[in-house]
Amino acid sequence: MSPSKIRIRHVGKRFERDGAAVEALHDVSLELCANEFVTFVGASGCGKSTLLRIIGGLETLSSGEISVDGRCIDGPGIDRAMVFQHYSLYPWLTVMQNIKFCRQLKAIADTVRSDSDVEIASGRADALLNLMGLSAFEKAWPNQLSGGMQQRVAIARALMPRPEILLMDEPFGALDAQTREVMHDLIRHVHQLEKSTILFVTHDVEEAIYLGSRVVLMAPRPGRIDTVYEVPLPAERDQDMKLAPEFIALKREILARIRETSGMRTDFELLEQLTRQAPAEA
Amino acid sequence: MATLNPVAPSIAAPPSPAAAPAAVRPRVRWWVIRGTLPRPVFLMLAVAGMLLPLLLWWAWTTFGDPDPVFMPSPGAVFARILRWWSEEGLIGDIWISVYRVMAGFFASALIALPLGLYIGSYRPVQAALEPLTDFIRYMPAVAFIPLVMLWVGIDESAKVLIIFIGTFFQMVLMVAEDVRRVPMAQIEAAQTMGANRGEILKLVILPSARPALLDTLRITCGWAWTYLVVAELVAANSGLGYAILKAQRYMHTDKIFAGILLISLIGLLTDQSFRWLHRRAFPWLHKR
Repeated sequence: MSPSKIRIRHVGKRFERDGAAVEALHDVSLELCANEFVTFVGASGCGKSTLLRIIGGLETLSSGEISVDGRCIDGPGIDRAMVFQHYSLYPWLTVMQNIKFCRQLKAIADTVRSDSDVEIASGRADALLNLMGLSAFEKAWPNQLSGGMQQRVAIARALMPRPEILLMDEPFGALDAQTREVMHDLIRHVHQLEKSTILFVTHDVEEAIYLGSRVVLMAPRPGRIDTVYEVPLPAERDQDMKLAPEFIALKREILARIRETSGMRTDFELLEQLTRQAPAEA
Repeated sequence: MATLNPVAPSIAAPPSPAAAPAAVRPRVRWWVIRGTLPRPVFLMLAVAGMLLPLLLWWAWTTFGDPDPVFMPSPGAVFARILRWWSEEGLIGDIWISVYRVMAGFFASALIALPLGLYIGSYRPVQAALEPLTDFIRYMPAVAFIPLVMLWVGIDESAKVLIIFIGTFFQMVLMVAEDVRRVPMAQIEAAQTMGANRGEILKLVILPSARPALLDTLRITCGWAWTYLVVAELVAANSGLGYAILKAQRYMHTDKIFAGILLISLIGLLTDQSFRWLHRRAFPWLHKR
């Protein structure tokens, strides 16, 4: 195995809410290799989004440390791009202007040294537009696009500065099931093409298994890593694999574990009681 | 399954053309919450809404025959406007009033926009300035007249200052609120692309808040007009507000009506210009 790309060591995150201390993350440790695709699932409140946002530099950690290529992270950086669930596109800019947004930033402009760099960057914007199947919508505004197309613009924009790490926070959470399947194959294609390391947070277990080479299951109160599952599927995947026995077995295992750790057992017991009573009455 | 198969194609088949004329014309439903209305109907209702009070006013003064000092007729008011225009320098009054309102309005916008941007973006600025602004905005602008006369005298700047006092503090708070409404995801997306604070203000927050800011300017500009009469209480000898005050002294009710109507007409025109500008400047909001 290649050396660790991201090293998360004993990370804790505490904050105060209404005077009470909340432990959002407790002693989280994880190592990720370069070009790995790791997905994070867990019951709400398990801190999966918080962990992603800390890696992205959008939130601070209370204890422990996170390093990328051996350097501790301190705030956001162009090596880590983030895709949000929604409302992150700039509605006053066209699709192409959104994708090229980072080129106006000093941090990116400093990396451009020659005319050929500029040319390469323009070519990259066009290539990303094509890759995302958006070439016909270059001059459209985001609110003229469907939800799935908007997320493709957001992904293209995040990929524009060639980030080594792509952080995705429930990027397909607001999309319908069919669009989501298309996006899954697209993002897997992007992963192979760009050789980026992807951290992907989702509440959809099937999505987590289909996309990830590892699935990290987190548990709430306090937010922590519960189990890390290796996905027993080949690197090349297709939608039919979702029906494979090993896929279904893993899905069942993960779902059961989420239920166990979510602390919502009473609800399930109540539901079971109701379903048991129903046939008796019929 | 086999029994279902023969049925399926007939369901999928398009309805035959012969059946089309039988389709019921969709009923016009006006009273749907946030529903739509055909444009001609909308315009008709808008015009009717504007004309109805005018009609009632005309009917009352024609058939009710009230004392003209109490309630002048629309015709008398219109004649008064013409006389004002031809003999009493209406254009000059309009010009000086527009100048005062716009000077006060632009002066407050000039300071309120950057200040509100910083209050809405940086917590320390908000903590230091927002409570104070909130406090001052409840101070009655009218009551400042003696102080303004004492401090800056009775020339043009005094009138402009009254309008400034009336609009500025409200405007700052509204601008700050507009800025705070910029979605956090837009800001965070820029941060993860390596944008620094200045770039986020300039390239994300400002352009994102622009439509809301123009609306804030439109609304506060209307407020600036409402302070005109107050401002022209200060030793003015010209202007629409002054004309109203003078007419009040001589019980020229028709001129009071004329002045009020002219101010609201100019206000309406300004408002519509702002709306037009909104459609022109932010096409992405109006095009789908």
